[in-house]
Amino acid sequence: MREMIEHEAPAASAVPRQRGRAIVVTSGKGGVGKTTTTANLGAALGVGGASVVLVDADVGLRNLDIVLGLEARVRHHVLDVLEGKTALDDALVSDKRVATMKLLAAAQTREKDEVDTAAFRDLIGSLRERFDYVLIDCPAGIEKGFANAIAGADEAIIVCTPEVSAVRDADRVVGLLGDERRVKLIINRLRPGLVRKGKMLSVDDVNGILRLPLLGVIADAPDVIVSTNRGEPVALDPASPVGESYRQIAQRIAGTLTTAPEIPRERTFFEKLFGSLK
Amino acid sequence: MFEFIQRFFGKPSSSATAKERLRLVLLSDHLSLAPDVVEALKHDLLEVISRYVDVDEQNCDVTFEQREKEVAMLANIPILGMRSRPIPPSPPPPPAPPSREPEPAPAIELEPAAKPVAKNGAPRPARRKRRKAQLSASTASQAT
Repeated sequence: MREMIEHEAPAASAVPRQRGRAIVVTSGKGGVGKTTTTANLGAALGVGGASVVLVDADVGLRNLDIVLGLEARVRHHVLDVLEGKTALDDALVSDKRVATMKLLAAAQTREKDEVDTAAFRDLIGSLRERFDYVLIDCPAGIEKGFANAIAGADEAIIVCTPEVSAVRDADRVVGLLGDERRVKLIINRLRPGLVRKGKMLSVDDVNGILRLPLLGVIADAPDVIVSTNRGEPVALDPASPVGESYRQIAQRIAGTLTTAPEIPRERTFFEKLFGSLK
Repeated sequence: MFEFIQRFFGKPSSSATAKERLRLVLLSDHLSLAPDVVEALKHDLLEVISRYVDVDEQNCDVTFEQREKEVAMLANIPILGMRSRPIPPSPPPPPAPPSREPEPAPAIELEPAAKPVAKNGAPRPARRKRRKAQLSASTASQAT
């Protein structure tokens, strides 16, 4: 309860001037692609040359290591660091594919309530002094895990799929994030064919309600599933259109790309044919 | 083809249905999330209703409920008794009952049958005007 009250206080005041940006990737609803988004944005930002640390705030249900393909290399986790059992440097997992990217894994056998919100915020603060970007993978829900994940972040990315339930939860989360955080939107798993047929909410339908700056739209593509199976972020695949969408989002985050996001279109007959041969 | 036939017979696309459901659910969410607005609304509602009947302000409840095609406001306002004469500014009173009811009347749902307000309020705007001065003269005694 004490942490909850502290969390109400203005976030920035406690920490001194920082170097990096702390961005929480959140959605309210589960299963919309927060972890995949975090992994891919981290990889894309890292490939772009920035130093990035990905923090898995989903204590008890850790998955970011799996999506990144780093599960075999995790030795320590965020609670070890918070409890002083491990030095921060020892807990940071590096990635061979992206030299500038690190992972701080969540504890798998612990619970979110065991994480002290103020301590977690301080940890994010110290990571900001060392990295250009601190991306925080927020758990689903709006309880303690959410409060922890957003505590140290002054920016947020909402991941939302074109579904009534996801948009409703996103709307709720935007309210909870408060005015002091810059909030932007990624629409995930859009199926252009269904939108055209009137069977799926469109980008305009979703953002007509949420009214957030749009970072990008990710198509619902098999590449993402395949890359997750392999533990290789699709953003590292130069041939993948979805990978390109992630790279463009990373550039928009970095401010090096200012054009409006492209809305994924349907693949043509030949593209489908070509795609199936791959 | 099936889709075409559906469209021909005017069945909305599922995305249109999704959009409409989303609109309603968010309307309802936002109303219940804006306690200050709901409080102000409740206050004003009670103010008007109290001109006619003596209400149990402590146990009033104003909520919003998601219906099939709209969001409904449900006001649950327990009535303790009738006022012998309405307090202005207000439309004229119904023939006043001589005494207050001995025990609190059951709570009324304002929503479908907006009883006291609709009966007295709506139909007689002209008389309301004429009586205004006269009624406000009696305010002091009513307020006690």
